[in-house]
Amino acid sequence: MVLKGAAKSFLTIFGFFIVFSAFFLTKYINKGIRIEISAYTFWRKNMSVEAEKKEAGLPVLGQMAPDFEAVTTHGKLRLSDFRGSWVVLFSHPADFTPVCTTEFIAFAQLYDEFKKRNAELLGLSVDSVSSHIAWIRNIEEKMGVKIPFPIIADLNKEVAAKYGMIHPEQSKTETVRCVFIIDPEGKIRAMLYYPLTTGRNMREILRLLDALQVTDKYKVATPANWQPGDPVVVPPPTTIEEAEERLKQGYECKDWYLCMKKL
Amino acid sequence: MQRLVPMHEETLKEKSLMPCISPDGKPTSTGAKMLQAIKEGAQTPEEVAQKTGLPLYRARSGLRELKEAQYLQEEAGKYQLTEKAQKTP
Repeated sequence: MVLKGAAKSFLTIFGFFIVFSAFFLTKYINKGIRIEISAYTFWRKNMSVEAEKKEAGLPVLGQMAPDFEAVTTHGKLRLSDFRGSWVVLFSHPADFTPVCTTEFIAFAQLYDEFKKRNAELLGLSVDSVSSHIAWIRNIEEKMGVKIPFPIIADLNKEVAAKYGMIHPEQSKTETVRCVFIIDPEGKIRAMLYYPLTTGRNMREILRLLDALQVTDKYKVATPANWQPGDPVVVPPPTTIEEAEERLKQGYECKDWYLCMKKL
Repeated sequence: MQRLVPMHEETLKEKSLMPCISPDGKPTSTGAKMLQAIKEGAQTPEEVAQKTGLPLYRARSGLRELKEAQYLQEEAGKYQLTEKAQKTP
């Protein structure tokens, strides 16, 4: 009888244990599944956001420059209208601001140099075309400098988004100081991103253009601080045989992989 | 930092879209220059740019604009005057 009672109690307790365990496990299994689903959803969502960011984010060198049609101070222009010329597409944060004004003057002063190199300047900010017109008239009146190149009025930030020109940590509404050098076939060949605080060096942009054009024409590279007329870098050998031959080819070589020549 | 945003933004934007056609629908001086370059026969944008001294991008966009305004028709990359253009002084 005692044993029967003990067995009954044991079974009761065991029964409760089973029920409780089942409940406990179910609760946490469900939670685990929910956590897993949440984690998966979060991952998928962020993957989509990352994928979106990649699409609308920074362009990369060598890719075709994203085409666009935009309102400019020279009428509605498409990037493809410039095919056959080099294009220096550059953005500035805002009209009627000091650093931007100095940059525009500097670009205008080198306009003929860019034209000699078959390159067109194309400015951009998110200001309206009326603001651009008023600003360039102001620059001509107050500073005696005519701005001869078109400026895109990217009010809806469509072009800015395609080229990754808005950097929220710098400004949520204005473009940073970007430069894209686009070749006559429409490919992005160089990019610069400067902060709002720092004016660009237009001589460096011109030098960069010269270097790219020399590379295209002579199939060479250009070393640090290269200026037109300086020796250029002979592309390094890509096979053992070429490496062995290189030092006998009459270049100015430090070693088989670092050889220069005069054009 | 002052940003100028005129009240009739859309109207002004429309006007600024067509530097070769004035608001009354007639060619501007740049538009007329391009039409003059095409008077002798169909021309490519490159030929128009060379004849007018305009940058090639201006020639391309201007010709497209004149075509939209029905002053030009385009075939195989060459532009020629329409009847409307020939009647315009």
